[in-house]
Amino acid sequence: MSIPALETHDLTVTYHKRPVLYGVDVAIPEGNLVGIIGPNGAGKSTFIKSIMGVVPSSGGWVKVYGKPLKEMLHRVGYVPQRESVDWDFPVTVMDVALMGTYGKLGLFRRVGKKERIIASEALDKVGMLPYANRQIGNLSGGQQQRVFLARALAQDSDLYFMDEPFAGVDAATERAIIELLQEMREKGKTVIVVHHDLQSAQQYFDMLILLNMRVVAFGKTEDIFTPELLHKTYGGKLTVLSEMAEKAAQFPVSNHDDR
Amino acid sequence: MMIDSLPYLASLSVVQSAMLAALFVGISCGLLGSYVVVRRVALVGDALSHAVFPGVVAGFMWSEERNIFVIFGCAMLAGLLGIGVVRAIEKSTRLKSDAALGIVLASFFAIGIFWNSIDQQSGVKDFLFGDLAVISSLDLSLMGGVTGLVVVSVIALIRPFQVLSFDEGFALGLGYPVKLLNFIFFGLLTFAVVVALQAVGVVLVSAMLITPAATAYLLSDRMHRMMLYAVGFGCFACLLGGYISSEISGMPPGPVIALVSAVVFGFVYFAAPRHGVISKVFRQVQQSKRVERENILKAIYRELETDGFKDSGISVEKLAIVRRTTLDDAIRQGKMLVSSDEASWEEDKSAIYMTPSGWRRAAEIVRNHRLWELYLTDLANYEADHVHDDAEKIEHILGAEAVRKLERDLDFPEFDPHGKPIPTISRSVESVIGKSEETGYGV
Repeated sequence: MSIPALETHDLTVTYHKRPVLYGVDVAIPEGNLVGIIGPNGAGKSTFIKSIMGVVPSSGGWVKVYGKPLKEMLHRVGYVPQRESVDWDFPVTVMDVALMGTYGKLGLFRRVGKKERIIASEALDKVGMLPYANRQIGNLSGGQQQRVFLARALAQDSDLYFMDEPFAGVDAATERAIIELLQEMREKGKTVIVVHHDLQSAQQYFDMLILLNMRVVAFGKTEDIFTPELLHKTYGGKLTVLSEMAEKAAQFPVSNHDDR
Repeated sequence: MMIDSLPYLASLSVVQSAMLAALFVGISCGLLGSYVVVRRVALVGDALSHAVFPGVVAGFMWSEERNIFVIFGCAMLAGLLGIGVVRAIEKSTRLKSDAALGIVLASFFAIGIFWNSIDQQSGVKDFLFGDLAVISSLDLSLMGGVTGLVVVSVIALIRPFQVLSFDEGFALGLGYPVKLLNFIFFGLLTFAVVVALQAVGVVLVSAMLITPAATAYLLSDRMHRMMLYAVGFGCFACLLGGYISSEISGMPPGPVIALVSAVVFGFVYFAAPRHGVISKVFRQVQQSKRVERENILKAIYRELETDGFKDSGISVEKLAIVRRTTLDDAIRQGKMLVSSDEASWEEDKSAIYMTPSGWRRAAEIVRNHRLWELYLTDLANYEADHVHDDAEKIEHILGAEAVRKLERDLDFPEFDPHGKPIPTISRSVESVIGKSEETGYGV
């Protein structure tokens, strides 16, 4: 088997001394559209945030195409939750799309014609080019999400993490986004999406991670989208596991000394 | 370089060096203050300015005859210590940053005051309230150096700072050294705060850091423009405030600069073209006038409709009746329509006639109203007696695109839920033009 696009091993995250993720192992093969589903507070967003290093992990490791993320950041794109930024920020739609090109520019090189073309194409792809000069606060929720997506497209990465890209968007935007994601998959990209709607999850994704603090199931959608596994995912946490994990999180000595 | 410029700086008069200092403060605070405002860390700037104060006192204590470099160094250390304490409180307790900042702000400032009261240092007062008149050439070279550093850093790091301020998670994903960038940013901010102390004093640093940038924020939707405006407002406040305070004996410049800054903010708050209060009120007035005109047109249209459009105008008395108002008010309403070219007077002003543009607008409003009612009853399943009031509002805001959509969804309807015909624009305009030729009424 070839090197997985993403591999996590025993990934554990604690937040305010409470476990949010506990020993998460996944190995996602390249070229898949993967959904992360689970109830509220299951740690879905935390999972991709900890992979991206936005939230520190307290144990385990992450590999992207077989290497630590730090060395592979240029191949990784990240779409945070729309609510995570201030939409009154004084930037235009174009400015945000351009940010996607910054990774390859480094800290000091200036934005040139090439970058503007890349950003314009990305905006065109999501239908936001006519709004390029608007301040981002004047957009609808769906339009804001499209701008975020354009920024990710401009990154031209191989592996994408998207945090709830379908949250609060209109039906037309949802359709446009899923078509775009499928197109990306056809090009061999791997897209990992935090998703909260079970109904559409079955149609949208090739693979699913059923998450509730731990991985309940991980595999091809047709194999694991079963009533039993879904019930297990949504039927509450394993009481003893979460209790003990909480104690372990408050325990002063780290049980992961091999980081 | 700094030292080379000293003879030149030393040759400046008090007024000249005060002005130069004001410009330095305006530039460095305007640039960094813009980031402070968009990152919503205004309280950090305030806490920082108070936290550096014990450092200033220590600097006076430990340096022989007011060595600005020692004072600056001690202030820097105190500032960094303050930020460190805030971080430590945040990390080790469940207190959030605002509470931690509040604690540091008050306690560090108190330490400075306490210490200074025990061992009086005369120069400390200049930092408490600011005094542009006592700025030495050495001070000036330090301020210039800091300002240069801030300008160069902000220009060199303009993109990383923008991403960091907008979306820190994404900045991490880009591989930016986020921690280092934040360290640089807050380091520069501490520099700028210490420099600003000499102009406005500890308590009023916000006047230079926050107010000009906040004013600029009301005027601009682009970061670089916001920074330029903030620099402009900051320099203006500092220069004018400094000048005014020099004209009034015994008046420290800090409060005057802060007041000028606030007045500028107040002016922009009211007068800003898009985000300002006056333009908002103006737009509201315009809008309510438009709504009133549209309602008058609609009333005339309905009245004419009951007669099968035999006439193209109605008498003022009739208008007063259908609008349920006095005769005088009906005349006022008629004037409104005439001034917007949507109607014209009968020669003796006893009646008004709709012009083609009036007809068009009237038909549009009635159509909007009836389409919306039909949409609510047929597609949204409301009872027919629920829909009129809602349509009274929606008719004024339904755009052309929404109308097309409604017409398509309702399959180009001819009648509303109450059985009244829904006008199509071309038909009604043709009919009035035809009619006006018959009646000899020119358009």
